Amino acid sequence: MNIISVNNVSVRYQSVEVVSNISFNVAAGDYLGIVGPNGSGKTSLIRAIFGLISIAKGTVSIFNQNISDFQQWHKIGYLPQKILSFNPNFPATVKEIVAMGLLAQKSFPKRIGRGDDAAIDRILVLLDITNIKDKLIGELSGGQQQRVLLARAMVAEPKILVLDEPTTALDPEAREKFFTVLQELNKKSGVTIMLVTHDIMNIGRYASKLLYLDRKLVFHGGFDEFCSSSEVTDYFGEFAQHVICHRH
Amino acid sequence: MHIFDAFHYQFIQRAFVAGCFIAVLCSTLGVFLVLRRLSLIGDGLAHVTFGSIAVGLMLRMEPMYTAIPLVMLSSLGILRLMEKARVYGDTAIGIISSLGIAAGIILVSLSGGFNVDLFSYLFGSILSVSNAEVITSVVLSIAVILTVFLFYHELVSITFDEECAKISGIKTRRLNAILILLTSLTVVLAMKVVGIMLVSAMLILPATAALQVAKSFKMSIVIAAAIAVFSVISGIWISFAADLPTGGTIIILNFIILMLILGYRAKKPLKAKPSIQSAAIK
Repeated sequence: MNIISVNNVSVRYQSVEVVSNISFNVAAGDYLGIVGPNGSGKTSLIRAIFGLISIAKGTVSIFNQNISDFQQWHKIGYLPQKILSFNPNFPATVKEIVAMGLLAQKSFPKRIGRGDDAAIDRILVLLDITNIKDKLIGELSGGQQQRVLLARAMVAEPKILVLDEPTTALDPEAREKFFTVLQELNKKSGVTIMLVTHDIMNIGRYASKLLYLDRKLVFHGGFDEFCSSSEVTDYFGEFAQHVICHRH
Repeated sequence: MHIFDAFHYQFIQRAFVAGCFIAVLCSTLGVFLVLRRLSLIGDGLAHVTFGSIAVGLMLRMEPMYTAIPLVMLSSLGILRLMEKARVYGDTAIGIISSLGIAAGIILVSLSGGFNVDLFSYLFGSILSVSNAEVITSVVLSIAVILTVFLFYHELVSITFDEECAKISGIKTRRLNAILILLTSLTVVLAMKVVGIMLVSAMLILPATAALQVAKSFKMSIVIAAAIAVFSVISGIWISFAADLPTGGTIIILNFIILMLILGYRAKKPLKAKPSIQSAAIK
């Protein structure tokens, strides 16, 4: 069952088209790797799909609801590439930051109380950050901050988890742990994952589907299809395609 | 003079009541504004307040009642410029504040030039605050504090990360409008305490000092409010005892507290302050 439908979507900044006429669907339980070189429009596409920037052309629907009318935000967990105006002096503890992820499921007045402690504690344990829950976000290392933001995205048990370049700050060991957590969420809990990365060499090890973007759609499908696709061969050349597929 | 003698005077009691409420208001909103890098909005709206006061004086109306709607409208103008015209916050503030000052100068000139009334708004005159002004300040302060309480978690969320707040279903445009309207109301109320020229300092200084030492968001609001209230009470008393301008004394006290806290922080810095995505996980 498709839970996200992207139809002929184009995104423009000023007069420059950064994403051109993209169509694809995401089914429940998919683990979609969105891949492409720097400047290929990956982040713009994600931001457009979830209504953070306006779409120049086309339509997006999530859970059969047009994005402009979409209200079921508690079903979405989002980890941005970076926080645009991150202030290292921000006086919030890890627990306070993670609790923000629960606001989507609250009605007015949106309050976080003791009743939310169980959900927060569960996600802190899952991501192994219980020991830093009373620390200020600015006191943490980049990798720890990233895990805290992931905890915020996951605390409401979303149906779709959207992650934009989530492993940039992580060393190889932490990256492996991170991907293992995602894989368990996908396999055991059925969470649909959309993961933006430029690391095409590794994403095929985790994702069930790939979407290769270079302002326009180059490829969308399973990894086996990727390795046999003539469009991919035309784009990468036979040798590069072989190297990418051989790695997996 | 005995330290408590000042409390016997009714005008001092009125000043304490109005000043303390407004101090809590300024410091609470200040924490959100400083963290959102909108510190100078207080300065910009204060300039608009000058123009709005001039309108009130020209129309022979109570200036606070002309200032409140005009400053609120101007604050929405700043927001509109930021959202629709893709103008940076500081530029939008600059545009609207210079418009406020320019309109004020023209109106003051048309109504016969600067007078005592206008100077009392420019530099503050909390010791001359009337009963009606105290009641207005207290009622509006309670309304603003209640609004912050109701939207507290949403305001913290958009202050930390507006994009993620939006994906959490928070109506970010509505909340931004609420924050900026509350700020405009606060600026108008605070002009009587410290004057138009120093309003932004009441928003910035206690919040900045609190952010140096607070260990949680709630704590930062409590510390900022404590610093602001302490400065207002001490400032009123010192200015009364030493015959100094009250507004200026309050701000100087706030500044001294900030310097003391910065000195403390320099000796006892926080462990690490890396930016997100700048360090590897351990």
